[in-house]
Amino acid sequence: MNVVVCAKQIPDPAAPGSFDPVTKTLVREGKLILDDSDSYGVEMALQLIEQASGGEVTLISMAPKGEVSGLRTALAMGAHRAILISDDALAGSDALSTAKVLSKALSGESFDLILAATESTDGYTGTMPVQLAELLGLPSVSFARKVSLEGQGIRVERQTEAGYDEVVCPLPALVTVTAGVVEPRYPSFKGIMSAKSKPIKELNLSDLGMDPKEVGFTGSRQEVVEITEAPVRSSGEVVVDEGDAYLRIIELLEQEKIV
Amino acid sequence: MSKVWVVTEWTREGPLGVSLELLTLARELAEEVCAVGFGEDPSAQAEVYGSYGAGKLFYVAGVGDNLPGPPLSKAMADRISSGDIPQVILLASTYDGRDIAARLSVKLDRPVLTNVVGLTQKEGKLYSSHAVFGGTQIVTATITAPPPAIFVVRPKSATAVPSSGGPAEIEELPFGELGATGAAKVVSRHIEEASGPKLDDASVVVSGGRGLGQKESYAMIEELAKLLHAAPAASRAVVDAGWVPYSYQVGQTGKIVKPDLYIACGISGATQHLVGMKGSKKIVAINKDPEAPIFQVADLGIVGDVHKVLPKLIEALSNR
Repeated sequence: MNVVVCAKQIPDPAAPGSFDPVTKTLVREGKLILDDSDSYGVEMALQLIEQASGGEVTLISMAPKGEVSGLRTALAMGAHRAILISDDALAGSDALSTAKVLSKALSGESFDLILAATESTDGYTGTMPVQLAELLGLPSVSFARKVSLEGQGIRVERQTEAGYDEVVCPLPALVTVTAGVVEPRYPSFKGIMSAKSKPIKELNLSDLGMDPKEVGFTGSRQEVVEITEAPVRSSGEVVVDEGDAYLRIIELLEQEKIV
Repeated sequence: MSKVWVVTEWTREGPLGVSLELLTLARELAEEVCAVGFGEDPSAQAEVYGSYGAGKLFYVAGVGDNLPGPPLSKAMADRISSGDIPQVILLASTYDGRDIAARLSVKLDRPVLTNVVGLTQKEGKLYSSHAVFGGTQIVTATITAPPPAIFVVRPKSATAVPSSGGPAEIEELPFGELGATGAAKVVSRHIEEASGPKLDDASVVVSGGRGLGQKESYAMIEELAKLLHAAPAASRAVVDAGWVPYSYQVGQTGKIVKPDLYIACGISGATQHLVGMKGSKKIVAINKDPEAPIFQVADLGIVGDVHKVLPKLIEALSNR
């Protein structure tokens, strides 16, 4: 079984984010790391190919300046190879443009399943994976909290407002997984060492036969017009618990007519 | 603006609250509002959506055990190709709303803006607002592609206000053959008995974070929530750890809630979490760390150990 995992490389979420005031886009400089949300996809892919008694996990990523450090982390977990699309003209691409790029990069690849996170930690648009499924003509099941192989297809528990639905789907298909769906493995020392020599195929726009106008700032066909400070919420009373702070909470509950 | 379509969602208990919010929002933007609906009881849907200003209900029949994304997106795209083009299409930021929006954006080759918390019109152009960087900054954006502009809007971005409309006129919208994209089928639907209110609508929310320490401690959150008729919630760290499902997650990549009271237990207040609950009327926070950022937004901050404060609070409330 061959699984493709969408792996986004993002600025460290612990570092404060910022907007470039000129381009009015997220600053994506400095070290990029594997989006935590995608570590679930990588882990799930590794578990599924183990269940299927073999296969390969291929990562796919679109990142600036040939960045690979996030991919090496996923390769160290056990993924076999990676496809990286990098091109200056891709700066400013939105979710739809990104999906178009990934779908072109995947044409010619054979796979049974594509896994992605429900949304990325930095952009959290949340539409790219299903847009990719539509471009590739694949069925998709989003918000999967459990995925298992069943016959020639998969059975997925899909999160819903009321609980969950059980969904069956033939392969090939695309699935987005929720956080906490599996526990991602820590890369072993052996994994980290072997990751250094695993193949990463680098592609640019002309390799994909795409026009810069289809992607980037132009292709996105959307603009940020203003960035303003949100109204600030100030803090109120702070009490150190000496054993009876809970009484102060009850007082507030009474004031607010909750009890 | 002349025409807005609103994709509405209907459950056994009636419309999703957010669908009524979007219909209200749509009325402010355009003269003609059409609901696009699916699922059970189209006449009841037409009546409710009509009372919120929809003149027409495009009803997509026969969705059945398909996931809504492929049939709804195809039905709408086919209608638009026939020349009936709304300026704007609004969808809710729900599991199905996001799927439908994504497939529709590809079929129409149009961008989609998500996580919208506000929509305003100025000189004939439509602007969407989005909260970024933990809600400390608001980004105003606009779509420059020709119509339709597709927006996925967060719940609680508008207040639902009924209009004086009668039932919407129903027109069936077929979706024809779906092909491979429609191959996923729902085989069973599980309702998880949440005895309390839903997180989206709850007036009191009790939320747990990493400070709880281990999965078993989350039980205190559930217990307190039950006592207060509140909805339980969690920070991303707790969801990532697998203690509770994704539906409990409050934050940038989870739900945005605006309850009357939000009680944050063992939550540090990382910017990504704050954006999900900063709009609460009152915030109570319990955290061991006096420097925790959550104290900057809490109306009442308790510097203390949740394992000491919560049991006492629970006992006192149980005895009342």
